[in-house]
Amino acid sequence: MKVIEKAYYSPVGKKVAAKAGLSEPPRLRRGRDYPRGPVVLAAPAGSTLVAEALELLGRTSESPVLDTGGDKAPGYGDRIGAVVLDATGLTDLTQLEELRQVLRPAMRAIEGSGRVIIVGSSPEGDWERLALTQALDGINRTVAKELRKGATSNLVYVDPDVTAVDLLPTLAFLLEGRSAFVDGQAWTVRAAGLEEADTVGGPAERPLAGLTIAVTGAARGIGEAIARTLARDGAEIIAIDIPPAGEALANVANDIGGVALQLDITAPDAGERIAALVAGRGGSLHGIVHNAGVTRDKMLANLDQKKWAQVLDINLAAQLRINKVLLDPATQGGLVDGGRIVGVSSMVGFGGNAGQTNYAASKAGVIGLVRAMAPDLAARGITINAVAPGFIETEMTQLIPFVKREVMRRTNSLDQGGKPVDVAETIGYFLDPRAAGVTGQVIRVCGQNLMGQ
Amino acid sequence: MNHDVVVVGGNRVPFTKGGTHYAEASNHDLLTAAIDGLVARYGLAGTRLDEVAGGAVLKHANDFNLTREVVLSSALAPETPAVDLQQACATGLETTMYIANKIALGQARVGIAAGVDSTSDAPIAVSDSLRRILHAASGARTAKDRIGILAKIRPSHLAPVPPRVSEPRTGLTMGEHQAITTKRWGVTREQQDEIAVASHRNLARAWDEGFFDDLVTPYLSLARDGIMRPDSSMEKLAKLKPAFGGPEGTMTAGNSTALSDGAAAVLLASAEYAEENHLPVLARVVDAEVAAVDHPGGSDLLMAPVGATGRLLARQGLTVDDFALVEIHEAFAATVVATLKAWEDADYCRSLGLDGPIGTLDTSRLNVNGSSLATGHPFAATGARIVPSLAKMLAARGPGSKGLISVCAAGGQGVVAILEAV
Ligand SMILES: NC(=O)c1ccc[n+]([C@@H]2O[C@H](COP(=O)([O-])OP(=O)(O)OC[C@H]3O[C@@H](n4cnc5c(N)ncnc54)[C@H](O)[C@@H]3O)[C@@H](O)[C@H]2O)c1
Repeated sequence: MKVIEKAYYSPVGKKVAAKAGLSEPPRLRRGRDYPRGPVVLAAPAGSTLVAEALELLGRTSESPVLDTGGDKAPGYGDRIGAVVLDATGLTDLTQLEELRQVLRPAMRAIEGSGRVIIVGSSPEGDWERLALTQALDGINRTVAKELRKGATSNLVYVDPDVTAVDLLPTLAFLLEGRSAFVDGQAWTVRAAGLEEADTVGGPAERPLAGLTIAVTGAARGIGEAIARTLARDGAEIIAIDIPPAGEALANVANDIGGVALQLDITAPDAGERIAALVAGRGGSLHGIVHNAGVTRDKMLANLDQKKWAQVLDINLAAQLRINKVLLDPATQGGLVDGGRIVGVSSMVGFGGNAGQTNYAASKAGVIGLVRAMAPDLAARGITINAVAPGFIETEMTQLIPFVKREVMRRTNSLDQGGKPVDVAETIGYFLDPRAAGVTGQVIRVCGQNLMGQ
Repeated sequence: MNHDVVVVGGNRVPFTKGGTHYAEASNHDLLTAAIDGLVARYGLAGTRLDEVAGGAVLKHANDFNLTREVVLSSALAPETPAVDLQQACATGLETTMYIANKIALGQARVGIAAGVDSTSDAPIAVSDSLRRILHAASGARTAKDRIGILAKIRPSHLAPVPPRVSEPRTGLTMGEHQAITTKRWGVTREQQDEIAVASHRNLARAWDEGFFDDLVTPYLSLARDGIMRPDSSMEKLAKLKPAFGGPEGTMTAGNSTALSDGAAAVLLASAEYAEENHLPVLARVVDAEVAAVDHPGGSDLLMAPVGATGRLLARQGLTVDDFALVEIHEAFAATVVATLKAWEDADYCRSLGLDGPIGTLDTSRLNVNGSSLATGHPFAATGARIVPSLAKMLAARGPGSKGLISVCAAGGQGVVAILEAV
């Protein structure tokens, strides 16, 4: 620790920091815990979609306190855990007032790490409906910024024929602590035609039981957390990393009862080797998480061909090559129908960042790949999505100089850096067989970082 | 044999020179790392294996149960039993045969054979006189008696006694023995240096080709063999002074193995077990033979594998030409040359009781991915290094490809074995 870092964490330093507005960041609720307080459900247009999904989850809900005028907003007597707004079916802009009526009293009542979840209809219909759809996004992003103590707000758009079954894994993810560092985000759930039987027992503790999933870059950092989290959820992990990282990789694999594969993902036959391992073990591949990634930062004026090519090949081109092999129906040990592909982008892929042209290109490319491939894979029930982490506390980010690091971890609505497990949990949500309606989506796990869109 | 025994795969830590990268690591640490890497490669965490056989040549007295203790430190199920074996430099091949034989007989279905040595952590004994004083003191009845006995300790008693590297019956070190053999068989400096250069270059090429990606797991941040010199050349080796055989000697530090640290492990199973458990299969363990020579009577200390090879080939009805690949452990480059000369020498072979010469080896089939000169030779680990490497090379050449392993050992002993790709 540098002197300034030590001083900052000393008792005196903490007092000074508090005066300067840098208070201790809130402790986020994580894991499968639900909010402690009650879930408040409001459905201004009378939609029953969210109510049904909550029922499938086995969660009870309460009616909202409404601010229907008067000088003082009415309050909730006690803390509430979450407000879920079923805004599907809203048709005209004046109806936005009904959202205000629900949200205003809730803003002060929501507990630490509480939740606002807005469920709206996907952009469709006339000018007014399209404008209204977009307005929901503005509300969501602002509520996320105004909420305190680790509470988050997120927006889910649902296609017209989405059922409660389709919505269930998303609602569970958002209410639970798993979505701790996902804030101010919006994504879409499509109809997947799953049956109620597919949700038996509500949100299973081990939704990935018996499924084989490959994770690249699994020796340390976020990849290690992904491997551990997916194994916790029942998956059999093929942990992949470059041969020089083999020692740490073996320890991760042994800890979670997985298999270690020392492989550079840029090898021309990387996809074949992953598939051969899966086939040799008599299994089939449910999913692959393309987490391996590197940075080779230089201002563009100093960026040579080697640093450019390396980053683009490892972070983007390699996963495209591997996907092609694993998606080829002729590949023994390739992805099964109904399988999952998950990419790891970055907020830099949205916002760009000085000194990271190569990295930003690769991470924006991952977003492009997800959006391009999703429609083509839909017929086989295969989903492809990505996470875009913000500032995550890892060995890599620990190397950033203290002051810069402190600024980076604070420039978001949750006032702290995320943990590798936060990225991993979002990936686990994509990999859940019940999340069949979630494809082509990129979810930022950034605590609503100011960078980018 | 009742059951086909197959090599599933192997794992080792990178080998390196004693007293360098692994200076702080014990045999226990090194072997645990080798086994944990193997467990991770084949997804065996928490699995109960039928037995693990391991051993070390340089062993501390309190490591009497080394392998069993390693199992308990490893990711294997603690219910996995283990045994310590030792046959000098052939230990890793002998543990392989121990597990293979049990599998063949149906006494086991799956097991690990391993070997480890750390010259960095070699046990240092106290002198005989000091030991006698200490034993007497611990047997003393009163504190006064004890002090009286301990007062006899003299500074000279405190000098540590390093492990003996010489043969007990001849007083000669292994290098000195080999120097006699080198001269007797007329092995030249060029022949030896060529073998050393080839060893380094072949090993380096194999590393660059990724051959070791599924055979080695880095340890303590060392990712490649530390002794390997990819830029080794005849010119560089020619500059080295003789290390054995006097001023006229041809053996140098460059064509003799360095004292090394490392550990290696092999996963063996019955063919049925491998199939039921979806484990890959590289090669079948066909047969093995152990032999010894009368080195106190003047025989070449490191040539025992010659007799073993002759008898093994005769038993299997095979000739040298039947082997796609041959691995002769490079204790010294001269050992390899002398061994190959002995294979061709009818009189020598008959003196061993063989019918005639063993044959001439096409050396393009010899140690094709490097051997002990470049890799290093942690004594007990070498056999367990060679078995999975050879099995993998044979598998790449296709079913039926046969390979021969020849390892010489202290005490005038040697072990040879045959693998065949399935
Ligand atoms: N840490 C953050 O704040 C952050 C933010 C945004 C995105 N990300 C992304 O998350 C991913 C993981 O990041 P991290 O912080 O854990 O990084 P990390 O450097 O700690 O881990 C990356 C792992 O990938 C492995 N890897 C690199 N090249 C490889 C190759 N060619 N083949 C196989 N494995 C390879 C590395 O050996 C390492 O174990 C990366 O894609 C990174 O770009 C991280």
